[in-house]
Formats: sequence, C-alpha cells, structure tokens
Amino acid sequence: MRNKKLTPLLLVSSSLLCFQTFSQDLISPPDTTVTTGTTVVAAPSGPEIHGNFQTDAQYYNPDSAIGAPAVPEKMLMNGFANINYTYGNFSAGIRYESYLNALQGFDSRYKGTGIPYRYANYKLDELEVTIGNYYEQFGSGLIFRSYEERGLGYDNAMDGFRIKYKPYRGIYFKGFVGKQRSYFSQGPGIVRGFDGEMNIMETFFDSVKKTQVIIGGSFVSKYQSDQDPVYVLPENVGSYAGRLNIIHGGFNFGGEYAYKINDPSADNNYIYKNGEALFITSSYATKGFSIAVNAVRTDNMSYRSDRTANISNLLINYIPSISKPHTYGLMAFYPYASQPTGQVSLASEVQYKFQKGSPIGGKYGMEILLNVSGANALDTIQFQPVLDSAREGYSSNYFGVGERKYFRDVNIEITKKFNKKLKATMVLASQLYNKSVIQKPGYPIVLSKIGVLDVTYKIRPDKAIRIEVQGLLTTIDDSELDSLTKTEPHQDASDWGYVLAEYSHGEHWFVAALDQYNFGNDETYESIHYPTITVGYVKSATRITLSYGKQRSGIFCVGGVCRTVPASNGIALSITSSF
Amino acid sequence: MLKKFLLSVCALTILVSASLQTPVRKIPAADIKTLDGKSFNTSKISNNGKPIIISFWATWCKPCKKELDAIADEYADWKKETGVKLIAISIDDSKSSAKVPAEVKAKGWEYEVYLDVNQDFKRAMNVNNVPYTCIVNGKGEIVWQHNSYNEGDEDKLYEAVKKIAKGQKVEHK
Repeated sequence: MRNKKLTPLLLVSSSLLCFQTFSQDLISPPDTTVTTGTTVVAAPSGPEIHGNFQTDAQYYNPDSAIGAPAVPEKMLMNGFANINYTYGNFSAGIRYESYLNALQGFDSRYKGTGIPYRYANYKLDELEVTIGNYYEQFGSGLIFRSYEERGLGYDNAMDGFRIKYKPYRGIYFKGFVGKQRSYFSQGPGIVRGFDGEMNIMETFFDSVKKTQVIIGGSFVSKYQSDQDPVYVLPENVGSYAGRLNIIHGGFNFGGEYAYKINDPSADNNYIYKNGEALFITSSYATKGFSIAVNAVRTDNMSYRSDRTANISNLLINYIPSISKPHTYGLMAFYPYASQPTGQVSLASEVQYKFQKGSPIGGKYGMEILLNVSGANALDTIQFQPVLDSAREGYSSNYFGVGERKYFRDVNIEITKKFNKKLKATMVLASQLYNKSVIQKPGYPIVLSKIGVLDVTYKIRPDKAIRIEVQGLLTTIDDSELDSLTKTEPHQDASDWGYVLAEYSHGEHWFVAALDQYNFGNDETYESIHYPTITVGYVKSATRITLSYGKQRSGIFCVGGVCRTVPASNGIALSITSSF
Repeated sequence: MLKKFLLSVCALTILVSASLQTPVRKIPAADIKTLDGKSFNTSKISNNGKPIIISFWATWCKPCKKELDAIADEYADWKKETGVKLIAISIDDSKSSAKVPAEVKAKGWEYEVYLDVNQDFKRAMNVNNVPYTCIVNGKGEIVWQHNSYNEGDEDKLYEAVKKIAKGQKVEHK
C-alpha cells in the first residue's frame, strides 16, 4: 500500500471503533430520560451508527424504433449512501454520491463522485444547532424550502448554519444562513432567513382546546453580486411570508401569503416586477365523508440563489401544485408542473365511504373519490417595452383569471372489496394539458380521456395476483399554435393501452409483466409495444428489483417537480437498503 | 513488514468492532407535527412499555394506504390483545399534506397520525421508500422492519407484534 494517508486514517478509525465498542460499559451515557404525564421511559442511549443506501444501474441498447438514444457508456449508474452517527444529543453524518455517469433523465451536470452532504448537530431541550449541510422549510415553502427528492435528482441542500429555538411552550423560532448545493459545488448566492411560529392555544392555555390557531411569519433574503453590464440588478432580494392555520373539530383552514421584492432573473426575462404567492387550503371531514378545496396563485415567484440558473437548479422556494398526483401510469402521462412565474389554480376533492352493511357498500364497504382541478394563466396586461421604462414587464389583475388554460383534471375513483379474495379499483378521468406551457413552446394542447381497472385476487392469504388494464385516448388541440411552429410528436398523436399483471408471493417476492401499447396513427406512425418484466425481492429494509424490456419516454413527478425520462431499451437494477 | 502487520491489526480491529456492535436502534429525534398543527418531537414517542408500530405512508402511495386500510380492519383486536399502538407518519409535502387530516378522518382510521412535511423523521430513520413499517419494543428499540407491501403482510406484522409484546425475540423480517 503506497498511500501514505491511508495508514494513519486506518489507525484513527480502528481506535475510535475499539473505543466505542468497549467503552459502552465504562462511560455512563447521557441520561435522556423522558417524562410524559404517566410514564417514565428511561432511554440511556449509547452511540449508534446507522445509514441507508441506494444504487440504480441501467444497461442501454439503442433502439431507433422507440427513440431510445445510443448511450456511449452503455451502462449508467447512480448511487448514494448516508452514514449517520448519534450519541445522546449529538449527531453527525455524511452522504457519499456517485454518478458514473448519471442515468438518462437525470441532469447530466451530476457527474463523478463526492461527499456533497456532511453535518454535525447538537440538540438541547430548547435549542438545536446544525453546522454544515441541512434541509429546512418555512411554512408551506412559498419563500423557503430546502429539500431532497432522490428519485427526481432534486437536492437544494443548504451549507452553513441553522439554529432552532423554542423559548416557551408553543413558540418556535428558526434562523439560518448558507449557500445552496449546486451539483458537487455551491451556487454563488448567500441565503439567510428567519421564521417564527406560535401555537396560540398551546402558549396561552394550559388545557387542550377544541380550536387550534397557529400563526407564523418568515423573512428570507438572498445576496448575489451584480456583474451585469447592462442592468443595475438588486444584489439583495428579500421576501416575506405570513401564515395562519385554524383547526376546529372537522374543519381545517390554512392560508399563506408571500411577497418578494424585485428579482430580475433569467426566469422572468429580467423584469423588475415584484412577486406574490397565495396558498389556501380548506377541508371539512367527518367519519365517512370529507371535502377539500385548495387554491394557489403565483405571480413572478421564481426565487433562486443564482439569477442565471435554470430547470431545478438553485431554487430557494417551493410552489406546491394542487393537481392530484396519480400513480397509475396512463393517468400520470401528462402531469401538471407548478408554474412559479404565473398561474391561478383551484382544486377540489370529495371523498365518501359507503359503510359496511349499507346497500351500496355491501359487506365490506365502498369508497368514492371525486377530484376536480385546474390551472389557468394570470389575467395580465403586458407592457410595451418602449413605454416600460421601469421594466416592470406586466401587471396582473389580482382577482382575475387569464383566458389561457394550462391544465384540467376531472377524475373519479371507486374502490370496492367484493369478498375476502377479490377487490377492485376503477378510475375514469378527463384531462387537458397545455404542453407548450408545461414543457416547452411549440407543442399543442393535449386532451385525454383515461380509464383504469385495477383488480386484486388473493389466491392464498399471502399470495395474490393483481391485474391492471388502462386506456388513454388523446385528441390534439392546436388552436393556440401558429401553423409554422406546429409539432405533433408520436406520443401525443396516438392512443395508448396498458396491461400489467403482478404476482406477489409471501412477503419477499414479486414478479410483474407489463406491456404499454402505442396504437399508432395509421397514416404516419406504426403501433409499438413496450413490454417490460420485473422481478423484486424484499426483506426487512432491503429491496432489490431487476427489470428488462422497453420503456416509453415519460415524465416522472413528485410534488409538482418533474423530470423527463427518455425512451430506453435494456436492463435496470435497483438496490436499496438501510442499517 | 511492521507496516503490513499494523495494517492487518487495524483491519481486524475494525471488523471485530463492527461485528460486536449491537445493532440496536432507538427512535431518533426529529420534529414532526400533529394533525392539530402542534409541534411534536419523535423522541417522546412511547406506549407504556407496550409495542409500537411506526408506519411511513403518503396520500399518493397506494400500497401504503392498502396496508393501513388492511390493518384498520383488525386494529381494535390488535390493541385489545397486545396493547400495541400504530403511529402513521405521513411524508406528504405541502402539496398534499393539507389533505391528510380530511382523508384520515373520512377513512375512519384510529391511528396516531403525524405530518413529516420536509421528511426530517424519514431521513433520521434512514427510510428509502414508502411503505416502510417497523416495530418498536417496550424498551424503545426498533426490533423489526419491513419495506413494500404485499397482500397478507399485515398478518406477518401481527405475528411479530405478538412475539414482541411477550418480550420474545424476532427475526428482522
């Protein structure tokens, strides 16, 4: 071994491990006795090391019939591993990530290997301090949300300091300063913020109240120096948000309003208009019935710690999208992605459970879920650049709704258990998807009608077979397009079929065979099958899946943030576990 | 020669120490919220020395809801026989967390449901994907875990709960 650094490193780590293993009897660990009203749970915690990891590898065959590109590396692999150490009130950890090279559909700027996440954390009863990397959210995230979504390749972790302080019952403060993660490095901007929240009933009253009122306010500011030769850009951009939550029995109301001062960036074409966002949630529920109405309005609320960043890089805030996240493949074919630059959206959901023994419910009951959601452009007046000396760009009517439709989804889902062995779910939906707005300009509006039937049959108590049949019928609306910019890709011009058969055996194994069929458009495109077979093994915290076949290109979304995945033909292996 | 010897001793020490680590895990501390909007720290999770089931789920996770619906049918019996308590942690973010109280009430679930909106508890527990379910024994140690959900898994879960309630050891299934 020539590496001179390895020997001392090994010596240090082995002595630390020795010390830790054998010291548990010698050192009395910090007493983290927890006293609740009626119980004392003594939890003397010794040091612990835990972690989790995931690796995804795919081997790609070029396939021109489905548009699967040739991949020069042939095999691509993403992997990460978290290792966390905790001892009483102290914790520390790292995450190692590798992209050798990143899978298709992931941002190719993730390249190579490194340790992009490392932290140390100390917690006392009222105070918690984190140094290094951390994730944090203020309210609903309208002005600040730092989070990870590994499946999307989304990670805007902060690197700096974060302090949480609880001075009194029901009152919480949070403060942070840091730079954001950008691939294996950091963005240029510095972000800092402060949040306060008070649970009014908890603070002022001793007993538990039926009504809960929670108020909160936050302030976030970013600094990025101005290097622009043309514009005088604001170096500090601040944003404010206030929120209120009222809960009374089955009623639940939440509202958050955010305001951002002028923030010219590549996202808004360098205009000096301020930004606003409003997020309202409301619901009422009793046993067997619930109704919810949610609304989001955003106006120029793209907030990044680098003005020139794009796609999912260096976002400071998070604008939730209120469309229903579908899990059935063809239902999620055209998913809505949040439009922070401007949107007005409304969603409503009604859930009803026919109880067991009722005439419609039958022996086991039946559930119905009706969901309606939609989004439109803002009602704006664009300013003529010649007359717009302040470079405001546009003005928007606060209570107006623009004419341009972005998205519609009306769907009904019915679930019923027929007997001990058989249960089924049926979903019907009608959707509208403005591809020019949600993806990129030049595409038509896609109107789709989708149906799903999902039946599970229990052969034995722990052996079941599940069959899913889905259909998607599309029509194109190109009325918005200039005839010169019309594009009608194969995907949108034809109908789709989907059949899945999944067999689960005990608690460890499953096998699934899937075929997605593009009916083609007789004149221009052939019909194509996309068959895939998957085998999976699950034990304790470990899950291993192996798939072989053809995948259509598609969009994979979590929480309104999406990534596009190109078509592929080959083998994919995924291993996840934790210890 | 000495260098090689030292290196082998180090390597051996690491392996021995690692295998001697008792893989016992206590519930890590993280801040989550009740459906009432109150802040709650997970280090305070307890059930008077009886077992606790912690299940991570989301409104968009179909197998998670199937699992919790299947357990809901038997929950009253499970509680009576073993005193077990099920804590359901929703990892829905602000896009769908507002729907959680309504959905739970309409379904009639009697579990203790909490919101982990920025996935702090999921991260501290080293959970990769949902569904993820684990059982905590009377001493606050996580002694059984399982990810994914196949039909009939709730029966295997209950067999493990019964053994843990009696203080017996279980295999990590």
